[in-house]
Amino acid sequence: MDTSQYLEIFIDETKEHLQSLSDHFMVLEKEPDNADTINEIFRSAHTLKGMAGTMGFVNMQNLTHKMEDVFSVIRDGNMKVTPDLVDLLFRGLDALEAYQDNIINTSSEGDETNDDIVNALISMKEGKAPAAAAPKTESAPKAEEPKKEEAASQSSGGDNVAKKYLDISFADFEKNAIKEADEQNKNVYGITVYIQENCLLKAARAFLVFKELEVLGEVVKSVPTVQDIEDEKFDLDFSVILITDATENKVVAAIKTVSEIEKVAIGKLNVAEIVGGDAKADSDAKQDAAQESKSEESAKPSAAAAKKAKEDKKAPAKSSGKPVVNRSVRVDIEKLDDLMNQVSELIIAKNGLVSVSESDTASTDSQSFTEQIEYLERITTTLHESIMKVRMVPIESVVNRFPRMIRDLSKKLDKPMELYMSGEDTELDRTVIDEIGDPLMHLLRNSADHGIESLERRKELGKPEQGSIYLNASQVGNNVVIEVKDDGGGIDVEKVRAKAIERGTITEEQAEAMEDKDIIDLLFLPSFSTAEKITDVSGRGVGLDVVRSKIEGLGGDIEVRSKKDEGSVFTIRLPLTLAIIQALMIELGEEKYAIPLNSIETIEDVAVSDIKYVKSKEVIHLRGTVIPLVRLYDLLDFPPREETEDNITVVIVSKGDKQAGLVVDNLIGQQEIVIKPLGKYINIEKIISGATILGDGEVALILDANALV
Amino acid sequence: MAEIDINGEVIESTQYIVVKIDDEQYGIDIQYVDNIVRMQRITRVPKAQPYFEGVINLRGEVIPVMSMRKKFGLADDVETNKTRIIIVKTEAQALVGIRVDEVREVVTLYDNVIEKRSYDKNKEEANDYLLGVGKNGDDLISLLNINAVIAEDV
Repeated sequence: MDTSQYLEIFIDETKEHLQSLSDHFMVLEKEPDNADTINEIFRSAHTLKGMAGTMGFVNMQNLTHKMEDVFSVIRDGNMKVTPDLVDLLFRGLDALEAYQDNIINTSSEGDETNDDIVNALISMKEGKAPAAAAPKTESAPKAEEPKKEEAASQSSGGDNVAKKYLDISFADFEKNAIKEADEQNKNVYGITVYIQENCLLKAARAFLVFKELEVLGEVVKSVPTVQDIEDEKFDLDFSVILITDATENKVVAAIKTVSEIEKVAIGKLNVAEIVGGDAKADSDAKQDAAQESKSEESAKPSAAAAKKAKEDKKAPAKSSGKPVVNRSVRVDIEKLDDLMNQVSELIIAKNGLVSVSESDTASTDSQSFTEQIEYLERITTTLHESIMKVRMVPIESVVNRFPRMIRDLSKKLDKPMELYMSGEDTELDRTVIDEIGDPLMHLLRNSADHGIESLERRKELGKPEQGSIYLNASQVGNNVVIEVKDDGGGIDVEKVRAKAIERGTITEEQAEAMEDKDIIDLLFLPSFSTAEKITDVSGRGVGLDVVRSKIEGLGGDIEVRSKKDEGSVFTIRLPLTLAIIQALMIELGEEKYAIPLNSIETIEDVAVSDIKYVKSKEVIHLRGTVIPLVRLYDLLDFPPREETEDNITVVIVSKGDKQAGLVVDNLIGQQEIVIKPLGKYINIEKIISGATILGDGEVALILDANALV
Repeated sequence: MAEIDINGEVIESTQYIVVKIDDEQYGIDIQYVDNIVRMQRITRVPKAQPYFEGVINLRGEVIPVMSMRKKFGLADDVETNKTRIIIVKTEAQALVGIRVDEVREVVTLYDNVIEKRSYDKNKEEANDYLLGVGKNGDDLISLLNINAVIAEDV
């Protein structure tokens, strides 16, 4: 079946399900009895299995099937979730991800069957301890083997199945291949496969059979040819010659995993007969001698043949080496609706122009024409903004794989630690999102490896045993700030200093004169790693300088603050010419200003008589706290005026635990605004963080509440 | 920039947009001019340099607008329907609007009718706004050094 048109959807959904599995496994590890989670995993695994099956990805299907099995047992309460099981599940997840990557790159899942994981899952299910990495040679799932063996013996033993493979004649190079295989004590089978009469997609089934066989060994010859089979130029049967290490039963079982196969005839070929007198006389008795050494060299002709066959079959699916899937963005339906509305307006505006040009009254012409043009301009502007909004992606899509990473690192490094994340919904432009993943991963690995101390050391210092790593994203004015923080040992400035001198980066005199901060900055130089031993987690010296150059490439910057034995904070600041925020629009005199919603606590109506004075500054008393008042009207250089109102409207903003009350004239309402820079040359105070364009084309300035508190 | 050949002599020429500010005519090198727009609502930016009127919305971009009158210390602007904002693009690729009283015409001035401003290196003036003076028929046009006009006061 040609499923390529569904491939994109498949990959998209697989990604989602894998992420959901990963998230739920994490939960499961902490709360092994959480029934909801178990159900959720079961459902995800089940869906994945179904999807993989539909797409013909058998290995993937098999693995998810086994996961599902295990969870159905757990769900019924017949089994407990153990740490071993979770580890195993994570391994399974990695294997699934590997399949997914293969599919993305080549549209095929690859030949890896991950039998060790499958078998371990099976033994888990049966209540045994997981077998430590069972040998990989067993390729068919154990549980189903007995049944299949039975079927195999039936089909291969039955006399009613014509062994058409016996009629195959061989070319010289094929004979050679068979002879060589025989000399290496490999099995040479002739196989004839019969496809069910009502099968609609014979070629596809045959293709799947070939795939199965290629996993087991090499297909030396097929009748009809591979090309003909692909073009469906055959009846209901085809024959192949297979060179393999596997047994007859296994081969049959593998073929039988493909559906709509009527029967399979298989038999060992009489090599002597094929090759002629040159072959060893005792070639039939090769079964007893199991020789392990294989010579790749001697199998060349057959390998080449098999390879060619493979290539032939892949050709229709993919013609070049580039990934088969286009990159796609999922778009909120609301944003799409917005776009649709604006396009409708665009059409209305166009119609308006048409009617203006048709009306003959010259006097009104010019004016209404200008009006229409302005209208059009406004629409195109908003349209532009909406399209840019569509490009904004929450940072979540990058960071959601980190908890898993930290969990694995925690196990690997044998240090208990936990990752706390916040602000995953902060939106960044798609291009930035794609680039920011690696630097963040670097920093987190750094924190886990170098930052968090060993368990003993933490106990010594009286710190909680579990190390904490924080990943916080937030929007501050025109920037998105991402913080990677840990409560570990901090950066050992003296060690860095010594290292820098040793490396000749700086001289001793320079080192003396440098401040700690500047020393820490040395860490960002190329090939500067202070890790004493190189682990595969970090310490290869390609760390922070790469992080920095990447972030600077995105137009941002990075800085570190660190305190010995208290931890370090890496702060990444990314500029955001296109940030979109929720803001409260307010009025001051005739002018409009926007205050970012995330810094607003409450809005209060305060009687002028309630204003108190502390050190001749205006304050108000609000629910037990004293809050200083900021008269925006005066602060923003409006012409002086008399106060006439009895009540004033105060917007309470906060920064950390500090608060301030901004006195405004009028509230307009909440609005989503696009932050624009004010342009070069004009000097602006910190209290103005940017500007935005309102619906009517007017520019409103954005107040940075942080600078006002 | 164009070149003509008079009697085998190559003379370079430049096109200028002639604007009126107060009673004087100024020329702005056309290569810096991105756009000329009518007067529109300007949003005041508190605490900016005094000669900045504020910012405008030019097709979705927020662009600061300065007043030449304020920069030159002349009488306050009076808005008429001849008032225009010239959007100039500087060498740094940034856009700035310049408010002028009127846009007159585009002239081509050859180097031989331009009186270059004589530089006195020892007496470096901060407000080096003029490149020179060009003669267009009977009119004198002061040629603005746009980058100096826009750059911040020292």
